[in-house]
Amino acid sequence: MTDETSTPTGAEGDRGDELLLPELVAHLRDHRTQLRQQWAERITDAHLLSSMTNQEVFSEATSVYDNYVEVLETGSVKALQHYARDLSERIIPRGVETHEVIGIVLLLRDVLARSLFEKYRDDFELLNRVLDAYEPAANRIANTVAVSFVEQRERVIRDQQDALLELSTPVLQVRERLLILPIIGVLDQTRAQQLTEQLLHGIRAHRAKLVVIDVTGVPDMDENVANSLVDTVTASRLMGADVIITGLSSEIAQTLVTIGVDLSKMHTVGDLQGGIEEAERQLGFRVSKVPDAD
Amino acid sequence: MPTDVPTAPHVPLPASILSQGPNLIVSIHAALDDEQLERLQRDLLERVGRDRCRGILIDVAALDVLDSFAARTLADLAYMAQLRGARTVVVGIAPDVAMTLVRLGVRIPLTQTALDLEEGLEWLGT
Repeated sequence: MTDETSTPTGAEGDRGDELLLPELVAHLRDHRTQLRQQWAERITDAHLLSSMTNQEVFSEATSVYDNYVEVLETGSVKALQHYARDLSERIIPRGVETHEVIGIVLLLRDVLARSLFEKYRDDFELLNRVLDAYEPAANRIANTVAVSFVEQRERVIRDQQDALLELSTPVLQVRERLLILPIIGVLDQTRAQQLTEQLLHGIRAHRAKLVVIDVTGVPDMDENVANSLVDTVTASRLMGADVIITGLSSEIAQTLVTIGVDLSKMHTVGDLQGGIEEAERQLGFRVSKVPDAD
Repeated sequence: MPTDVPTAPHVPLPASILSQGPNLIVSIHAALDDEQLERLQRDLLERVGRDRCRGILIDVAALDVLDSFAARTLADLAYMAQLRGARTVVVGIAPDVAMTLVRLGVRIPLTQTALDLEEGLEWLGT
């Protein structure tokens, strides 16, 4: 609606395509305040980024807008990538979803395209060429932001997975030279491997002689897992610690017999309590109840 | 060091053999190649007879690799020593070494293992 003095519509047909992008950038710069405002309003109307305050949405919108124009101008997405990663890092903990991020970028693309329609509506041929220059760049930007966001998200998930893995296999000392390793949840090859590693380091750190591995919390066991359990026991023995396995459920016991895994060389005891008692006996502890003092 | 090995160039083994009471304490300082391992095995078996040992303790804590040949040699050694009347305990296998051995499917049958020197001596003493 605001007709710039610098771009009279009549003479535009002759200009080369390489000049279109700079012109576009200048247009976006000149209408920054207004377009940005429009965009922020559309974000709010679409109920995107609902977990953020209007103020925050507006300030992020400003940065994204500036980055956006910069990418159009320089053709390099490096700075935007960096910013998008940064932004993702800030907004992921606040529960912003992927569809919201993609949604706002597409909204901006839409707002800008509309303003271009407005500006060049009298010269359809020129509008076409402007869009030819604008669309690929805009698509690239949308792509970059979305990819950065998803990558960041995946990184967060990976970090959490690592943390979970770390947490999920505690090696605890219950008596001098006696460790317990309660395994809870599904065991897979990676976890079994990691667990073995932790146990072996635990054996060395605590100078353990006996380890009770409790698998009460393991819902299922296949051949691979059973074999890695056997490996864990063998490795522990190499380090001079014996292993007692407790809490094999009847289902697992049946499965193991059916698939023919040989656990006969392993020392197994019914439940964790039994395992600890057995271990105490082997280590020479005697636990007795004190008769009531009063 | 016995000199009855004519073929081997006489490089000292990166391992020391000390006698402590009725036991021999073998401490390996660096990875041994196959030839050195066999030499160690021969030396030890000879000492078992000469010193009338009752036990052998092999400390491998300094090693961060133990290949299948080494593991086999140690296992063989344990068996041979037992035939000559000495018990063998291998101590100080590091966590990573243990994992590798297990992953390679190497078993050290007949060989007692213990956490460290102290544990090993305790076992030999019993």
